Amino acid sequence: MKHTVIIALAIGAVLLGASSAPVFANALIEEVLVPPPNVPPPIHRDHPARVIVRLETKEIVKEIADGVRYDFWTFNGSVPGPLIRVRQGDTVEMHLKNDPHSHMAHNIDMHAVMGPGGGAAVSVTAPGHESVFEFKAMRAGLYIYHCATPPVPMHIANGMYGLILVEPPQGLPKADHEYYVVQGDFYTTNGYHTPGLQSFDMKKLLLEQPTYVLFNGREGSLTGVNALTSKVGDTVRLFVGDGGPNLVSSFHVIGQIFDSVNVEGGTLVNHNVQTTLIPAGGAAMVEMHTQVPGTYLLVDHSITRAFMQGALGQLVVKGPLAPDLYKKLPDGPVTAAAATAATPMAMPAVNDAMADGKRVFGQICIACHQADGKGLPGAFPPLAMSDFLNADPKRAIGIVLHGLSGKITVDHTGYESAMPAFGPQLNDDEIAHVLTYVLNSFNNKGGNVAPDEVKAVRAGGAKGR
Amino acid sequence: MRACVLTLVLTLAWCGQVFADANYRQVAGGSFVSALSLDGARVPVPVAGFAMRSTPVTVAQYLAFVRAHPEWRRDRVPGMYAGGGYLASWAGPLLPGPAIDPQQPVTEVSWFAARAFCAGEAARLPTWYQWEYAAAADASRRDARGDPARQTRILQKLLERTGRAPAAVGEGSANRYGLHDMNTLVWEWVDDYAAMFVNADARDPGQGNLLKLCGGSALAFANRAAYPLMMRVAALAAMKPADVSGNLGFRCVRDTNRGETP
Repeated sequence: MKHTVIIALAIGAVLLGASSAPVFANALIEEVLVPPPNVPPPIHRDHPARVIVRLETKEIVKEIADGVRYDFWTFNGSVPGPLIRVRQGDTVEMHLKNDPHSHMAHNIDMHAVMGPGGGAAVSVTAPGHESVFEFKAMRAGLYIYHCATPPVPMHIANGMYGLILVEPPQGLPKADHEYYVVQGDFYTTNGYHTPGLQSFDMKKLLLEQPTYVLFNGREGSLTGVNALTSKVGDTVRLFVGDGGPNLVSSFHVIGQIFDSVNVEGGTLVNHNVQTTLIPAGGAAMVEMHTQVPGTYLLVDHSITRAFMQGALGQLVVKGPLAPDLYKKLPDGPVTAAAATAATPMAMPAVNDAMADGKRVFGQICIACHQADGKGLPGAFPPLAMSDFLNADPKRAIGIVLHGLSGKITVDHTGYESAMPAFGPQLNDDEIAHVLTYVLNSFNNKGGNVAPDEVKAVRAGGAKGR
Repeated sequence: MRACVLTLVLTLAWCGQVFADANYRQVAGGSFVSALSLDGARVPVPVAGFAMRSTPVTVAQYLAFVRAHPEWRRDRVPGMYAGGGYLASWAGPLLPGPAIDPQQPVTEVSWFAARAFCAGEAARLPTWYQWEYAAAADASRRDARGDPARQTRILQKLLERTGRAPAAVGEGSANRYGLHDMNTLVWEWVDDYAAMFVNADARDPGQGNLLKLCGGSALAFANRAAYPLMMRVAALAAMKPADVSGNLGFRCVRDTNRGETP
């Protein structure tokens, strides 16, 4: 039956092609879908095609946060479902299959469809069955699709949404990286981070008081090893949607200004936007130029959701520093009162020296010398297996206390950047510990710096450098 | 209770039928407001008394039916009466196989097949109103639908089914009519499933079956918070009469013509 339909449609396409001037009738394309946050590659066609899209609704139990499981209802097993990418003018042949193991009937309402129910009316699909319908993608833009089977709010709350991108005929401007992020709100009977299998809470849904507000259906889906990445000088395009069912998103990337935003996913382009509002059942396409290395946070700037309910992602930008654009300056002098207050700090036990040193390194040194101690070539010299450090470990005491500027050569590479003085903000113990930590880490030669040695250098003043 | 059973036995005797009547329980007639609003009306619907199977039909019972009516074997039934997935999980046409508990509710049966089974024991599929009316009761109340805790329990049990085969019938406690598994075990065919919507023909997807549209669900359900019922109706609405599904079973009813007052 299914084959009959496809063949019949193909013949129809051939006939249509024959009647119009360009003969692209055979352009039958099977859409290749990839899981989020990835997207299919840009379309470089200069003609419309017939695109076959296959989605399958699946009900699966998986983690919503570490140690917390939830019964998701999905398109293709992911939340959001895969991003569908077609070209304006394409004819889309939409196949919606419902996994035989499903308990629910499902369907699809695509906001890119101009027709009753957005396809919902003709795609109600029982478990183990498949529905097929066709539509013409007439308007360029970024659109939500979602399940619209009663009870609709529950199907959406369980994760049944995704985006379809209809590219304009000329395509989108080139971007170095493209990612796909959809926010959704989730309602569980127990509280945030209660471990184990959690059940859907209808009461919270009706009150619009979610337990989780998430990007891509799982806390941590865009952080740590899953963080989005870019390089200094690159452009990043995010296809951002909001599945809801209830909340609108104040989408913001901390530390970035969007160069451009296709407002509400349409053709209106706004520039220099800090936070863009994404309605539930809506989308936005944002582009940014990543110029300063570091980690940037994707948040719903209705900010409680970011820090208390999970709406947090990361964009990690690598590359050389751009001190012309952004840099740390030396802090001002510490007042006598502050210095006095710092003195009574409890001294860590000797066997905690490495642990305390690691803490100090992680809070301060890591910013320039990096987590692996290798620095950044041309900008920040390495501490790892550094000939400069290992040749005279005691020299490092004065450098940490008083800073260092001027040209030095480390491992045959010249550096001219300035290291600020940390004497005012670190006490003798902390400096001793961090140096001991550095000398015994990163494959360095080992050694020990005692707090008294730091005290002596500090007493000697800046001439010790 | 004894009176009910006695009456049922008498009624059946009056009907001249000799069947395993122990499977049926009497449901006293009455009236109720359906969660489905037809033509926007929210008026009480009268329901005459009837007898209903206490549990969904089991695999063992359905196997006995297929043995007695080989035209309903999966390798003999015409496709127009039972689609491709009919009893597909069974190891053979007359062999459910070791993976299937004989006491599970039978699923993967079409509406035609369910009707034939019921006809085979001088019964028929319940109407939607009969099913909804009987399912509204809990152990003590005729209509427990207004109890939010009960609704939460039902919803939770429905969701716990994800990824699992249905459990054996009759494991939960019975409602006040002696019926088990009414709301949580499987979806169940009803006789008029294709007619209970605005559009009488569920086989025509192009027409205005309002339930299939997102706005439509709000129009058609008088009680918009009745999520478990919505899920059930949606599951039925997606079916054509020859379709089958792994979580859709059935039970039968018999008219008892008992105009009992509640």
